[in-house]
Amino acid sequence: MRLHAPSRRELVLASGTLFAWAHLPKLARAEGRDPRFLTVILRGALDGLATVAPVGDPDWLALRGDNALTLDGKLPALKLDDFFALNPAMPNLHRMFEAKEAIVVHASATPYRERSHFDGQDLLESGLPKPGASESGWLNRALAGLTPGGRVDPKGSKLFAVGPVTPLVVRGPAPVLSWSPQRVLPASEDTVQRLLALYRDCDARLAGVLEDNFKLAAAVEQPGTAQKPAAPGPGQVRAYFSEAAGTAAKFLAQSDGPRVGALALDGWDTHFNEGIAQGRLSQLLGALDEALSAIKSNMGPAWRETVVALATEFGRTARINGTDGTDHGTATVALLIGGALKGGRVIANWPGLKPANLYQDRDLKPTTDLRAVLKGVLRDHLRADERALAQSVFPGSEAVKPMAGLV
Amino acid sequence: MSAKSGLSSGKAAAALGLHRFGFGPVGDAIAAVATDPRGALLADVERPGAGRLDAPNLMSSSEAARQVFDFRAERRAEQKLASRQQKQATASGEAEVASQMAKLSGAESGTPAQKPPLPQQIILSEAKARFDAAANAEIGLVERLVWFWSNHFCVSADKDAAMVGAYEREAIRPHALGRFADLLQAVESHPAMLLYLDNVQSMGADSIAGINQDKGLNENLARETLELHTLGVRSGYSQADVTNFAKVLTGWTWLRPEEPVHGGEFVFVRRFHEPGNQVVLGKRYAEGGLDQGRAVLADLARHPATAQHIGEKLARHFVADDPPPSLVTKLAKVFLDTDGDLKQVAKTLVTAEESWTAPRQKLKPPAEWIAGVIRLTGTAADIPIGRIMNAQVALGAPLWRPPAPNGYSDNEAAWVDGIARRIDIATEFAGRASRAEPLELLESGLGPLASPQTRETVARAESRSQALALLVMAPEFLRR
Repeated sequence: MRLHAPSRRELVLASGTLFAWAHLPKLARAEGRDPRFLTVILRGALDGLATVAPVGDPDWLALRGDNALTLDGKLPALKLDDFFALNPAMPNLHRMFEAKEAIVVHASATPYRERSHFDGQDLLESGLPKPGASESGWLNRALAGLTPGGRVDPKGSKLFAVGPVTPLVVRGPAPVLSWSPQRVLPASEDTVQRLLALYRDCDARLAGVLEDNFKLAAAVEQPGTAQKPAAPGPGQVRAYFSEAAGTAAKFLAQSDGPRVGALALDGWDTHFNEGIAQGRLSQLLGALDEALSAIKSNMGPAWRETVVALATEFGRTARINGTDGTDHGTATVALLIGGALKGGRVIANWPGLKPANLYQDRDLKPTTDLRAVLKGVLRDHLRADERALAQSVFPGSEAVKPMAGLV
Repeated sequence: MSAKSGLSSGKAAAALGLHRFGFGPVGDAIAAVATDPRGALLADVERPGAGRLDAPNLMSSSEAARQVFDFRAERRAEQKLASRQQKQATASGEAEVASQMAKLSGAESGTPAQKPPLPQQIILSEAKARFDAAANAEIGLVERLVWFWSNHFCVSADKDAAMVGAYEREAIRPHALGRFADLLQAVESHPAMLLYLDNVQSMGADSIAGINQDKGLNENLARETLELHTLGVRSGYSQADVTNFAKVLTGWTWLRPEEPVHGGEFVFVRRFHEPGNQVVLGKRYAEGGLDQGRAVLADLARHPATAQHIGEKLARHFVADDPPPSLVTKLAKVFLDTDGDLKQVAKTLVTAEESWTAPRQKLKPPAEWIAGVIRLTGTAADIPIGRIMNAQVALGAPLWRPPAPNGYSDNEAAWVDGIARRIDIATEFAGRASRAEPLELLESGLGPLASPQTRETVARAESRSQALALLVMAPEFLRR
C-alpha cells in the first residue's frame, strides 16, 4: 500500500497546521473494521468550565458570576443532560451529541500537576508520567505497537505529517513523512497583545508604533481596501481551523489512505477578556465547532468508523481572575466525536465546585485520568494491546485502567 | 548588568558585542567570549579567508549573464513558435498543435513541478549561499561587514538579476577586509555596477563611437561614485567634476552577453572613451585610457571626505543612528592613516570605547534581524530560502533590490513601521523550530540583556512557538 500524495491545492489548504497519519491498525481490520483515529491537540489550556458548563451544580453561579454560562442566559447554553450544558458557540457539536456521536469527559486531566504550558504540552503529547525530554509521542508508540513484531512497512511510512513541525504526539520510532505548507496564518491577536504589553513596559517607541499600526489597520479594514489587518480576524481563524481539520479528514477518508493522524490548534490561553459567551473564546470555540463539522462531512461514509479525540494540556482556574479571564488550572474537558462512539454522554465523576472541592482551592479537581480515556479508545477502537498501552504507550500507567465502553 | 560605562568584559558586554557586531549569540557563545569580547571580534577578522564564500557551485557573473541571455533567447523563440502555431491552429483547427504547445510549456504528463526561471534559480542559489554564511557564522562580524559594503555599493536585481549575487562575491567579498581603493576599483569596474548605473553605453561626444553614433555622456556612475560611494553628498565637488569624471569613465563597459566566450565580462572600449586630459577636483588627469579612470578612483579612495563619509556610515550602521562624533573621527583617522585599510578600520570600530558605551538602541534592519531569528531558533535548514527572501520583501528590504543607489537606510525611521509585520514573520519562523527550549534560547540569545519583563513574557507564552516568537520580538532582540 502506498500513500497518495495530497494535491498541491490540498496542501495549501493545510496551511500551517500539523498533521500526521499512519497506516492501518491490522487487528481491527482483521475484524472487518477499518477504524480511523484523529487526535487534535488544543495548545494553550482550554477552559473546560466555559466549554461544558456544570449548570446543575448549585455552586456554579456563585463561582463564575456574570461569566457563568446558563440555560436561560442571554445566549443560553445548549443542554447536554440534566447537569451539563455546552457553550452556545458549538451547535454542531451539540447536534453530534444528540446523535450520540459525541462524548464529553469532564474534570479530566493528564497526570501533570504543575502549570507550565511547555511542560504540560510535553506531557500531554509524550504520554509520559512526568515532564522531561521525550523524543516520541504516545500515538507514534501506539502505532508502532500495532504492527506485529514492531516492524514497519518498509515500502511506506506509517506516519504522515503536513506542516512546518511534526507534533510530538506523533514523533517516534515509526517514521514520519512531512510536508511544509505554502502559506501560514499571521500572528494571533494574543501574540500581538502580549508584545504590546511588553513594549509598554520596556520600549515606548515600539509600543507607540504598534498601537498606531493597529489603529491604521482598523481604520482601513473596510471593504475595498487592500491593506491587511495586523492580526488574523475571527473569519481567518475559522477558515484556518476548518481547512486544517477538514483536510486531515479527507485523507483519513480515502479508502487506501492513512488511518491515524494528529493536528494541533493553538490559541486557548485566555488570561484576559476571555469572552466566554461572546468574544474571544466564543469565537475560537465557534471555529473549533466548524472544524468538527468539516471533519464529519469530509469523512463521508468513513465517519461511522471514526473517533476524534480532542485534548488540551490542562484546564484553567475555576474562578474568573481580575482581568475577566482565567489563569492556568488543572482539570478540564476532553472531547470525543465520531460515528464509532457510543455517544450522547457526559462522563464525569463530578468533584463539585465548593472551595473545599477545588484543587488547591483554585482549579477544577481532576477526577478522571485523561490516559484512561485515550487508552480506552486505543484499545477498543484501534485494538492496541493493553499491556503495551500500560508500558510503552503510557509508561507507568498500569493503575490507570482503559475506560471501557466508549466505542 | 547595565551596559553603561565601557564594559570591556563580562557576559553583558559579550552579548552586546555579539549583537552589535555579529548576527547575535547562539549556543554558549556569550559565555565563550565573556572574558574578552573585543578579542573574539578581532579574531573574527583575522580568520584566514574571512569574507570569502566557499560556493563552488555558483557561477561567475559573466557566466550567469551569458546563460541568462541564452535562456531568454530560447524563451522568446518558444513563444514565437507557439504564437506562430496558434495562428496556424486557428486557421486549420488542428488539435495536434495544441499538444505541441503543451510540450513547449512543459505541461506534459509526468513533468514535475516546474523549476523557477533561470534568473530566479541563480538568485535563489546566491541568496542561499549568502544566508547560510550568516546563519553558520560563529560571530558574523565579517559577514556583517560584507553586507554593509554590499549595501554601500549596491546594485539591483531589477536592473540585472543574473549578476547581483556574483557581484557581491567578486567585487565586495575579496576586499571587505582589504584596501578601500581596491574595493572601489573592483566595484566601479564590475559589469553589474556599470550596468546598474548606466555606464555601459556612456560614450564621449568626441570619441570615435560618439561621433559615429551621435551619442554622448551618461553621468550616472560618475555622480553616484562621488556622492554615494566616496566623498559623500555636498562634500565640495562641482557639476564640472561630475561631468569630467564621467568623461574619464567613458569606455568602461562590458562585453554584451551574447558574445559566447567572454560575454558579460568587463572591457575597456577605447572607441567609447572621451579623448584628452580631464580635471577632476582640481587635479589634472592625463589621457591614459583605462588608467585615467583608475587614477581618479585611487585619489577618491584616499580623499579625506571619503574617510569621513565611510567612518560616519560605518558608525551609523553598527552603533547608532546618530553616531558619536568621536567615533566617526577615530574611524576616519584610521582610514586616512592606513590608506584605507578596511581591516584596521573594522578593528578600530570594534575596539573603540564608544562602540561599547552607546545605548542599545539601534533597531536591527530587516535582513539582519531575520538572520538573527534563524540562528537563534536553529531553523536554517527548515526554512527554504524563498521564504526568507519573501520575509525580506514583506519587511520592505528585498535582497539585492534596493529602491535607489543609496541602498537601504540605516535609520530606525525606515524600519520601525515594519514591526507589526515582523510579528507575523517571527510567528512563522518560530513555528518551524522543533523542540527548541524557549528559556534556554533566551539565555543563549540574550543572557544578561533580557529584562525581567521579557523573561516573564517568554516564560508565560501559551506554547513554545509563541514563546520563541515573543523572544525574537522582544526589544532586547530587536535592538542592539
